[in-house]
Amino acid sequence: MSSSAGANGAPVKSTGLHVGEPAPGVKKVDPIIVADGIKRQFGGLTAVDVEHLEIPRGAITALIGPNGAGKTTLFNLLTGFDKPNEGTWTFDGQSISGVPAFRVARKGQVRTFQLTKALGLLTVLDNMKLGAKGQSGESLARALFPWFWRKEEEAIEERALDLLARFKLDGKKDDYAASLSGGQRKLLEMARALMSEPTLVMLDEPMAGVNPALTQSLLDHILNLKKEGMTVLFVEHDMHMVRHIADWVVVMAEGRVVAEGDPHEVMANPAVIDAYLGSHHDQDLGEPDTDVVTAIKELAHDDADESKH
Amino acid sequence: MIDWLLLFSNAAQEIISPTTAAYALAALGLAIHFGFTGLLNFGQAGFMALGAYGYAIATLTFGFPVWGAILFGIGASIVFALILGVPTLRLRADYLAIVTIAAAEILRLLFTTNTFEPVTGSANGLQGYKGGFEELNPIPEGTYGFGPWVYNEYDWWVRIFGWGLVALAALITWRLMSSPWGRVIKGIREDEDAVRALGKNVYFYKMQSLIIGGVFGSLAGMIFILPRAVVPSNYQTSLTFFIYAILLLGGAATVLGPILGSVIFWVLLSFFSGFIARAVEAGWLPFMSSVQAGQLRFILVGIAIMVIVIYRPQGILGNKKELAFVK
Repeated sequence: MSSSAGANGAPVKSTGLHVGEPAPGVKKVDPIIVADGIKRQFGGLTAVDVEHLEIPRGAITALIGPNGAGKTTLFNLLTGFDKPNEGTWTFDGQSISGVPAFRVARKGQVRTFQLTKALGLLTVLDNMKLGAKGQSGESLARALFPWFWRKEEEAIEERALDLLARFKLDGKKDDYAASLSGGQRKLLEMARALMSEPTLVMLDEPMAGVNPALTQSLLDHILNLKKEGMTVLFVEHDMHMVRHIADWVVVMAEGRVVAEGDPHEVMANPAVIDAYLGSHHDQDLGEPDTDVVTAIKELAHDDADESKH
Repeated sequence: MIDWLLLFSNAAQEIISPTTAAYALAALGLAIHFGFTGLLNFGQAGFMALGAYGYAIATLTFGFPVWGAILFGIGASIVFALILGVPTLRLRADYLAIVTIAAAEILRLLFTTNTFEPVTGSANGLQGYKGGFEELNPIPEGTYGFGPWVYNEYDWWVRIFGWGLVALAALITWRLMSSPWGRVIKGIREDEDAVRALGKNVYFYKMQSLIIGGVFGSLAGMIFILPRAVVPSNYQTSLTFFIYAILLLGGAATVLGPILGSVIFWVLLSFFSGFIARAVEAGWLPFMSSVQAGQLRFILVGIAIMVIVIYRPQGILGNKKELAFVK
């Protein structure tokens, strides 16, 4: 367990992030992202319709919701990978509405993908080096003359090796990224994102397809990001993980933010249960989705566990 | 009986022929496009035509000196790359393929049409543009060489110039691909969204790659016309596919692969065509006329390439390790 763990083994949670009662669109003390009136329609379907949303700085925020709630679409919009029909949003006080993805990344808001995008036929080390920002050797004119960028390249390599060692991938540095396992690719993608020294790290389902042995180390890495002063926003289905590491939870359903709050309170919110089970969940409409029921039961169980401490 | 010595010596001549150099350079440009950046350019013949016509028209119509004509050809290919790239590089790779194959054909038909005959020479093409290049020749008059490689001073000059350009282009490509710029380019080949997410202007890099490979293609077009005339029918789509064959033969993501591929391609082609023509003469293939025999060489080269691609899909110089991960 990392040193960010509290006395009882649970990570230290950031509190006092919001102003007033937790409700959808509640004001934050120090928001890093402020989004207003974001709407994205695919034909007749409104995938995202968020009136107001603030993401607190220096904390770990989870974005949860049932499949098709618009979480990834919102991610794509905030990172410039998709353009909304309407809406404005700022990052660190600067407007980044309509700014292309690569500029958003340069401002310090870096993302990973739900389907891991390791660059297969590049070595692990090259994957890492690619993450570094503002390399002069990446300009065509200077690329031809190594003496312009050799020193910088050495510094980048040192930083990359350091990060790889932290993520326990240093033994693989000369292998093609394609030879890594699914979980290792997730680690590599996260490490690569860190090479750009971001202020906000956006992780799209960091736990999807990761075997349980790696889960703990991934969780620790995410907690470490916060400890180093970065803000984390992640999409996740694994409620256990959300409860464990998130300081703040935003719940989406059918494109809207239906609830916000700290993880324990928000799970008990009727709007959240409605979002996952439908508003008629107490009426017998046949067999519900067993996965969701298990997840909810686990949560209730967790809550009971923790209240005993 | 077949004169084997002549057959082999003809094939050996192809090793250093300017045509081989031209194909090698065009394939190197395609390696930058397809092998390193993942751009599906099916219009390399168009870039070559622009280099050839650009050089010839600038010399004949505008009276440019050699360096001016070369720059004119390069400029034409840059403009062509921009026209192709601006609308298509934001889209998926297959759109570029469709647009380039069509654009190259449009160019060829424009050069063939009678409307521009005073400038392009229509179907007859252009000649008489070699004077300036000949004047630059530092080699004194005479015949030089040994074994099968005996040429006069102009032929040597063309070969030295052509292979010099290939060497320079290979050096530039190698330098670029081992730099951080090359790392971004190869990253784009693997997954452009991932590279975009790391703050790189993917569109800009793809445009740079398209232009560099296109300029190599147009320089190849210039080497190609030095030992012959400019004829529009040389720039058909099949030219692009021969260059793809050379590229895959040598190894798509390698610097020396396209050069080696071009040498092997032309040596094989020359050997097969010589062999078949003589075999028909000698009555070894009684079911075949000499016209049919002329086409058979491409079938044999095709089979040879198929065998290489099946048993060595990464190309001769490609990295075997890559194969394990081909999607």
